[in-house]
Amino acid sequence: MKVMAQMAMVMNLDKCIGCHTCSVTCKQAWTNRSGTEYIWFNNVETRPGLGYPRTYEDQEKWKGGWELDKRGRMKLKAGGRLKNLMTIFSNPVLPSIGEYYEPWTYDYSTLTDAPAQEQTPVARPKSLISGKNMKIEWSANWDDDLGGSMATAHRDPMLKKIADKVKFEFEQTFMFYLPRICEHCLNPSCAASCPSGAIYKREEDGIVLVDQEKCRGWRKCVSGCPYKKIYFNHRTGKAEKCTFCFPRIEVGLPTVCAETCVGRLRYIGLMLYDADKVLAAASTTDDEGLVEAQRDVFLDPFDPEVMREAERAGIARDWVDAAQRSPIYALINTFRVALPLHPEYRTMPMVWYIPPLSPVVDVVAETGEDAEDTGNLFAAIDALRIPVEYLAELFTAGDVGPVDAVLKKLAAMRCYMRDINMGRDPDASIPAAVEMTEEQMYDMYRLLAIAKYDERYVIPPAHAELAHSLEELSTECSVSDYGGGQQDVFGEGSGTPTPVAVENFQMLQARQTSDSLAGPVNKAGRVNLLNWDGKGSPPGMFPPTGSDS
Amino acid sequence: MSVFFFVIFPYVCLTTFVVGHLWRYRYDKFGWTTRSSQLYENRLLRIGSPLFHFGMLGVVGGHIIGLLVPESWTEAVGISEHGYHVVAVAGGLVAGLAALVGMVILIYRRRTVGPVFSATTVMDKVMYAFLAVVIVLGMWNTIAGSILTIGGEYNYREGVSVWYRSFLAFQPDASLMARAPLGFQLHALVAFGLFALWPFTRLVHVFSAPVGYLTRPYIVYRSRDDDQLGSHRDRRGWDRVS
Repeated sequence: MKVMAQMAMVMNLDKCIGCHTCSVTCKQAWTNRSGTEYIWFNNVETRPGLGYPRTYEDQEKWKGGWELDKRGRMKLKAGGRLKNLMTIFSNPVLPSIGEYYEPWTYDYSTLTDAPAQEQTPVARPKSLISGKNMKIEWSANWDDDLGGSMATAHRDPMLKKIADKVKFEFEQTFMFYLPRICEHCLNPSCAASCPSGAIYKREEDGIVLVDQEKCRGWRKCVSGCPYKKIYFNHRTGKAEKCTFCFPRIEVGLPTVCAETCVGRLRYIGLMLYDADKVLAAASTTDDEGLVEAQRDVFLDPFDPEVMREAERAGIARDWVDAAQRSPIYALINTFRVALPLHPEYRTMPMVWYIPPLSPVVDVVAETGEDAEDTGNLFAAIDALRIPVEYLAELFTAGDVGPVDAVLKKLAAMRCYMRDINMGRDPDASIPAAVEMTEEQMYDMYRLLAIAKYDERYVIPPAHAELAHSLEELSTECSVSDYGGGQQDVFGEGSGTPTPVAVENFQMLQARQTSDSLAGPVNKAGRVNLLNWDGKGSPPGMFPPTGSDS
Repeated sequence: MSVFFFVIFPYVCLTTFVVGHLWRYRYDKFGWTTRSSQLYENRLLRIGSPLFHFGMLGVVGGHIIGLLVPESWTEAVGISEHGYHVVAVAGGLVAGLAALVGMVILIYRRRTVGPVFSATTVMDKVMYAFLAVVIVLGMWNTIAGSILTIGGEYNYREGVSVWYRSFLAFQPDASLMARAPLGFQLHALVAFGLFALWPFTRLVHVFSAPVGYLTRPYIVYRSRDDDQLGSHRDRRGWDRVS
């Protein structure tokens, strides 16, 4: 047994209202730079829909992820190592910018510059790729809320799989939202596809990162990832991906997408897993067995032997403690309501989802029946094959059994809690129908419905106490207070000099020689009492002293 | 004059080549990339890029054999001069033509496809000019020198190759090069110019050819760098409390 820790996320899709706040805050934090205009580390898709990039789930076309060869061994779907290198000069399965969308801005200046004219001037869209005028035809969420789905949704690869039973008619449709980030897989095919070995999985918390200094821009990871969650920065020529906000995670804060989630539908916590069992689990012959195989890879953090092995593997006591309190472990292995996205890609993804019950509830409500009655809901789950089969294509490689089970648990929780909320006697037969006790049902309700911030995000900081004593900035004891450092430099430039490297040389020089921050000519830009850090005496703040005049 | 062109200038270029790469690797690992433009355009690239790159691999291989293996060695194993040249010219023609056609497609693409053109730097353009001249001169030497024999037959393995080996051994013999046809002289000079530019262009990606991929494990695990927690390294004389 080789115990490793993995930071993981679960999203409760019933709560997602598709507001895209996670996408926007993530973009503000990480991809608001030149070259990353089209990149969304976090995006929210309306399903059924094509996704972003378009039809990324069609692995017969894009060749992402793993497959089993004839002898049952793991093999990259795009081909072996030699084939991978031979196609390095032109990647045959790289999505073009059109499959994502051509990013644009607007020519806003014409709104103010245009001469007096009969027609109102308009700001025309300009491509951020070519700089030319362009016609906007697609974006990261073009089919949001099923907009335009009459024309496009039949191309949804997941819908195609059940298409013989579905005629996509708008009035009969159902929809839900699917927020997606990098899966931080246990068996990442992006890392396996990288010719330079620049993509690595961190031993401490399993976060998958791209080493920007080792990446050489071969673009193999972009096509290797079946979720298409690695992007090519077309300005720097390097691959970039969701970082699970590791600088925040390291100090015990949730990711930006989770922190800003309006519906509070995201849970973050630690999972302990047995690294020795990953390959065997990912090689499960039967696609439908992959979910259960992955559940078996996870270790019970309460098991004394696991705790002992974790200690031997160098996992700190507070981390094991966090793994025990992990909402992820509860949702995946205890309550068994979370399911992985596309286990059939065999990458062992670590962002799991609680499938939405709402498509079923909506249908029942429309019939005028009681949509919170166990009998009605159970019957609807059994009868409404289209939503259930579609969810199964997403979360269980097409096996409707586990999706049925999860939906029935959610339905049972709804009915059971209604009785309690209405002041009636709780009906113990409802939890029993889904093989749960009343206590478990209530615990699950607490976690899904009212869990507070520190219950949803159980994130042990990474050696924070050590980093604190090392980090110059956080010593709270500036050298310049005791006569060292540069006395006349204040604010950001105070303290001992930062080591100069080619990456920060220009920035440091500009900061230390610029007069615009410390003493600009115009009064408005000067340091004032509010942003003065108490060091030095910025010009204009105090009246001239006697010696100066 | 020949000492300047075939001794001093090549050594200056070679030094720039070596030192430039060391400097770039030390200070600009972030800029060390292919700067691929496949995201913008794929139709032309799909034909042009493999043609050019595989052609160039053949060309480089041919140069290594032609320049570094002395004629006496191939004769010792019983390969006649004529036999060698037939193989060399045939291989050189195929590889060179592939590289040339590929390069024409790629330059056409770079000029005509808007996004690709706007992502082209000045350094790219200078590099393309040198690269194109070197390849055209090389093709000219192969066709004119070995097939059409314009200006008489010239066995580069007794002239240019010997000079090149003497150059690498730091005992350069400029007279060997001075007697070579103009086409060979120019080819060598422009090539050395290209070598001097090399570390400052995207050509550095040649030295990142990922051959290690064939043997390394699929998944790379890395621990957080223990030498560096936070943004600074520990200063000398300070021990971490553990």
